[in-house]
Amino acid sequence: MQEMIKSKLAELLSTGAVTKVIGWKRGENFYDVSPAAFESVESLADFVYDDFCGANLSKFLVKEPGKESKVAVVLKPCDTFSLNQLIKENRVNRENIFVLGVPCEGKLSEEKMRVMGIVGLTGCKVEGDKVTVETLYGTETLDKNDVLLTKCATCHSKKHVIFDELIGETGEDSDVDRFVGVAELEAMSEDERYEFWRNELSRCIRCNACRNACPACTCEKCVFDNDASGVAAKSNANSFEENMFHIIRAYHVAGRCTDCGECSRVCPQHIPLHLLNRKFIKDINTFYGDFQAGADAESEHPLVHFTENDPEPSIVKEGK
Amino acid sequence: MQRIGVFVCHCGTNIAGTVDVKTVAEMLGKEPGVVFSTDYQYMCSEAGQTLIQDAIKEHNLGGVVICSCSPRMHEQTFRKACAKAGLNPYMVEVANIREQCSWIHKDVAEGTEKAVILGRAAIAKVHLNAPLTAGESPVVKRALVIGGGIAGMQTALDIADAGFEVDIVEKNATIGGKMAQIDKTFPTLDCSACILTPKMVDCAQHEKINIYAYSEVEDVKGFVGNFSVAIRKKARYVDETKCTGCGICTEKCPVKNIPNEFNMGMDNRRSIYIPFAQAVPKIATIDPNTCNKLKTGKCGVCSKVCGAGAIDYTQKDEIIRREYGAIVVATGFNMIDMTKFDEFGYAQSKDVITSLEFERLTNAAGPTGGTLLRPSDGKHPHTIVFVQCCGSRSTTENGKPYCSKICCMYTAKHAMLTREKYPDTDVYVFYIDVRTPGKNFDEFYRRAVEQYGVHYVKGMVGKVAPRADGTLHVQASDLLAGEQLHIDADLVVLAGAIEPDKSARGLATKLTASMDTNDFFTEAHPKLRPVESPTAGVFLSGVCQGPKDIPETVAQAGAAASKVIGLLVKDKLTCNPCVAQSDELLCNGCSGCEHVCPYGAITYETKEFMQFDRSMKPRRVASVNPAVCQGCGACTVTCPSGAMDLKGFSNRQIMAEVDAICK
Amino acid sequence: MQIEKKPLIVAFCCNWCSYAGADLAGTNRLNYPANVKIIRVPCSCRVNPLFILKAFQRGADGVIICGCHPGDCHYTTGNYYARRRITLLFSMLSYLGIEKNRVRLEWVSAAEGAKFAATMQSFAEEIAELGECKRLEDLRCKK
Repeated sequence: MQEMIKSKLAELLSTGAVTKVIGWKRGENFYDVSPAAFESVESLADFVYDDFCGANLSKFLVKEPGKESKVAVVLKPCDTFSLNQLIKENRVNRENIFVLGVPCEGKLSEEKMRVMGIVGLTGCKVEGDKVTVETLYGTETLDKNDVLLTKCATCHSKKHVIFDELIGETGEDSDVDRFVGVAELEAMSEDERYEFWRNELSRCIRCNACRNACPACTCEKCVFDNDASGVAAKSNANSFEENMFHIIRAYHVAGRCTDCGECSRVCPQHIPLHLLNRKFIKDINTFYGDFQAGADAESEHPLVHFTENDPEPSIVKEGK
Repeated sequence: MQRIGVFVCHCGTNIAGTVDVKTVAEMLGKEPGVVFSTDYQYMCSEAGQTLIQDAIKEHNLGGVVICSCSPRMHEQTFRKACAKAGLNPYMVEVANIREQCSWIHKDVAEGTEKAVILGRAAIAKVHLNAPLTAGESPVVKRALVIGGGIAGMQTALDIADAGFEVDIVEKNATIGGKMAQIDKTFPTLDCSACILTPKMVDCAQHEKINIYAYSEVEDVKGFVGNFSVAIRKKARYVDETKCTGCGICTEKCPVKNIPNEFNMGMDNRRSIYIPFAQAVPKIATIDPNTCNKLKTGKCGVCSKVCGAGAIDYTQKDEIIRREYGAIVVATGFNMIDMTKFDEFGYAQSKDVITSLEFERLTNAAGPTGGTLLRPSDGKHPHTIVFVQCCGSRSTTENGKPYCSKICCMYTAKHAMLTREKYPDTDVYVFYIDVRTPGKNFDEFYRRAVEQYGVHYVKGMVGKVAPRADGTLHVQASDLLAGEQLHIDADLVVLAGAIEPDKSARGLATKLTASMDTNDFFTEAHPKLRPVESPTAGVFLSGVCQGPKDIPETVAQAGAAASKVIGLLVKDKLTCNPCVAQSDELLCNGCSGCEHVCPYGAITYETKEFMQFDRSMKPRRVASVNPAVCQGCGACTVTCPSGAMDLKGFSNRQIMAEVDAICK
Repeated sequence: MQIEKKPLIVAFCCNWCSYAGADLAGTNRLNYPANVKIIRVPCSCRVNPLFILKAFQRGADGVIICGCHPGDCHYTTGNYYARRRITLLFSMLSYLGIEKNRVRLEWVSAAEGAKFAATMQSFAEEIAELGECKRLEDLRCKK
C-alpha cells in the first residue's frame, strides 16, 4: 500500500502536477509518525503510510498559498470530511489541491499499548482483528479493538467524500453508535457530571494542542490569542478558565466539527475532548435533524440555519 | 481615557421619588474618567439640555452619560443636544433609571443602589464608544398601501395628491372594504355608499394610484426607503384589460348558489361575480372553488357570453415585485365568529344576526332591497332585541378583552332607524355601558332613547332560544330594576366584537412590525407616534391599529399619509451608523456571516495579505455595506474569529457593561 | 451598601421587544427584584455565548436572555438564530454539570410588560433558591 501511494506521489511530483506533497514521515521511534511535507521525488523516500498515521493532514492545506502551485495531500476517509468542511468555509481552494484518498481500517494507539505494558515497539503487523507487535522484549499478539485510537474505535465513515484519485477502494459509512459516551454522561446527575468534568478539565495544561490540531480551528487569529477578544489567555488561571476554554473551543466548532477526533488524540493529558464536540453533534442531530459536517461542500451548517419550529431551550433535559 | 460627564435627571419626582439622585450623581462622579457629575430636575427640558451643552464645552467632555428615562424615549433628544455642543452624538449613553429602576422599586436605598450600578455600566460602555458618522441611503419615491378600505383609500389619496406614486394592494376583488357594506353612518345618518363610492372612483382615476385588487403581499424585503415587495396577483381568470364590467357573465353563469359575501351570505351570487355594482375595479372574477369549468372542465358559459372575450381559464397567479420607500398597513377588521357563543343562538336561528348583517338588511342594495325582513320567513319583525358587547370587554376564551368602540353608536343608529321606519316595532337594546364619547355622539344616543323610544336596558342577555313558533325567547337581566326579563323577539341583532383581519398576523411577520396580544399592530409610541409602527418606514392606518369609527379612521389615514409624505420628500435618509464592520485582518472568509445576514448586506472580496515571511497571500474577506446593514448583530456571533463586530454595541462594550454590572 | 449578598442577575434584552416590554413594566409600575440588571442589545442574536460566560465569571448568579417572540423579530430572523445558539449553549452547560436553571431564554414582546415583570420575578426566585453560582465562578472576580 505504502509503495503504491509513494509511486503515485512520485509521479505527481516528477510531472510537475504538484510542487509539494503533504504526507507522513517517521520520527525517532517506529510508532512516532508525524505529518511532513515533501517537495522532491528523492525526499519521498521518507514517506510513510502505516498503522500509526492517525494525524489528519487536511488542516495543513489552509496555510498553503498555492496560487500557481498545486499541493497533493494524502487523506484517510475521515480526513476528507475535514477537507470538505474547509472548502465549504473557503479556507482551502479546491482547485489548488490534489487529494489522494487512501483506505483506512483504523489506526493504532501506541499510548494504549503502553498502558497495556507494551513498550519498546519496533514493528507491528495487523491481520484481521489481531495485531502482532514486535518489541525490544519480544513479540505479542493483541486484539486490534483494544489498541485502536479512540477516534477509530467509533469511526463514523470509511467512505471518502472528496478525492481526485483513490489508492485502493473506498469504504462505507459505519453504523457504530459513537454517542455511547455522551449518552452515559447524559444519564448521570448534574452533580456527577460536574465531578466528571472537573476531574477531566482540571488536568488541562492549556498547551493548545487540541486547538492547533483541530482542522476546524483555522482562524486567522484565534480569539484566545487576540487581546481585544475579551477571552485572551495563555494559561488557565483557575477552574473558570478551564471550563471557559473548553466550552468556547467546542462551541466555536459546533456544527463545523466533523468528529475527526484529533482533539482527543493529541491531548497530552488524555482529556476526552471529543465528548464535548460529540455532545454538540448529538444535540444538533436530535434538535435539528441529522447533520454531518463535511459530508458535502454545500449544505449549511446548523448554526447559520434555522427552522421556525425549532425547539425551545426547555428541550434541554437535566439527565437522571 | 474619555473625559466623561454624568447627568442625573430627577424627572420631577418620577426618578427623584425613589432614587436619591444627589447620591447617584456623587457616587458616579467618583468613577474613573468622570470629570463632571450633576443632577437636574428635567434633563430633557431646554434648560437641562443647555446644562449638558455648557458642561461639554466647559469640561471638554468626550463622553456623556445621562441617567434618565428609557433610551427609547429620549436617546435621540440627548444625542441631538450633544451634537449641537460639538460632541459626536454617538458618544452619549443613557442609563435607564426611570422605567427600569425608580418606577419599579419602592425602596429608596435599593433604587439608589441600582441606579448607581446602571450608571456605572453606561460609563463603562461610553469609555469604549467611538464617534460614529451616519451614512445615507436613497429613498424610493413610491408608497405601498396594504388594504383598500376607507383607511387605505384615504391614505393612498392623500399621498397621491402630494404627488407621489401609490400602489394599493387589496385582497378582495374590489376596494371599498367594510364601509361599502354599511348602510348609513352615525351620527349624521348620511348614506355610506354616497360618501364612499366617489372616493373609490377617485382612487381608480388618480394618475398616481395603481390598484392591485385581488392581490396579496407575498414577501417584503429591504428597509425604510428601500422596500422590495412581492405582490401575488391572484388569478381572476378574467383578462383585466378586456373586461368591461358589463356583468352579462354574472347573470348567465349556471352556478347560482354561492353565498354572496358582500351581503353577508344572505343572498346568492354566481361563480363568476362582481362583488357589487360600484366595485372598483369593476371586473368580473371567477371563484375557482365553485366554477364548473375550472373544476371539471365542462361549462364555459361565461366565455361564450362575454362579448369582450375577456374570460381566460388558463390564467395563473402572477408575482409582481415592486420597490417602495414606505409601507402603510390598513388591513382593517372583521367581526369575530358569533357561532362560538352558544348563548346567543346565532348558529341555531337564522333570525339571530350580526349587526353587519343588519346593515345589509336595511340597505337598499341589500338582499331585501332595504326592507327590514326576517331572514327566516321574510316577515316584518315586530320585536327586535339588540345585544351589545357580544364578545367585547370579555375575559372569556371566545371573547376579546377590549371595547370594540363602534358598537354603542351603530346600535343606537340601528335602533333609531328601525323606530323611524317601522314605528310599530318594539326595540330593546341590552348594554353593559353605553359609551358615547364623540362629537354629537351622546346627543345622538339620547335622541334614540328620548325621541324614538328605544328601550335601553342595562344588563346582559343570558340566553336566546328559538321557539317552535319561530319567535326567539330572550332571557335577560335588567340590572337597574333587579329583575329577570323574558322577551319574545322576532329578530335578535348581535353587536359582535371586532378583531383585526386574519391576514394581519402573517403580514406583521413579513413586515417585522410588532403586534399586541390581540393582533392589533403596535405603534412606535402610543401617544407621540400613534401612526408609525416601531419598524421604520411602516405606518398604520385604520382599525389594524385598534378599534376606530370612520372619522377617526380617516383622520388617522391622513396622519399616516402625512408621515409617508414626510418620508418620501426626502432624497436621502440618514442610516443607522450602528452597523456591523469586519476586521479584515481577522476575517477567515468562512461566509458564516453572509448566511445569517437577513439583509444581504455582506459581500466578499479577495484581497492580498502579507504573511509572516513577507510573501503576499490572497484571502477572501467580508465587507459590510453600511447602507444596507440594519445592525442586528447576527453576524457578530456567527463569526468564529471575532472579526465581525457591531458599532455601538461592540463585544468590548457589552462585556464592559457586564463587568460593571457584576462588579 | 448591602451586607447580605443577593443573587445577581444579568438580563440581556433586545431593543425592540423585550427592552420595550421592560419599559412597559416600568410604566405600569410592575415591581420585580432590583437585583435584575438589564443590558440592552439590538437583538437576541447579538448575545454572544461569551457574554453569558463572562457574566458568570464576573459573579452573576443567573443570566436571562429575552427577545421578540419567534416570528416577530424586528430583524426578521435574529431570534431564530439566537434560539439555536442559546439552546446548544444551555445544553452544553448542563452537560458540564452547571445548573441549567441558571440560564433562561424568554420571549417577551413590547406589549408584555406584565410578562416581563413576572418572568423576572420567577427567575430571581429560582436563582435565589439555587444560591450563589459556584460551578462557573472565577474567584479572582469575587470580592
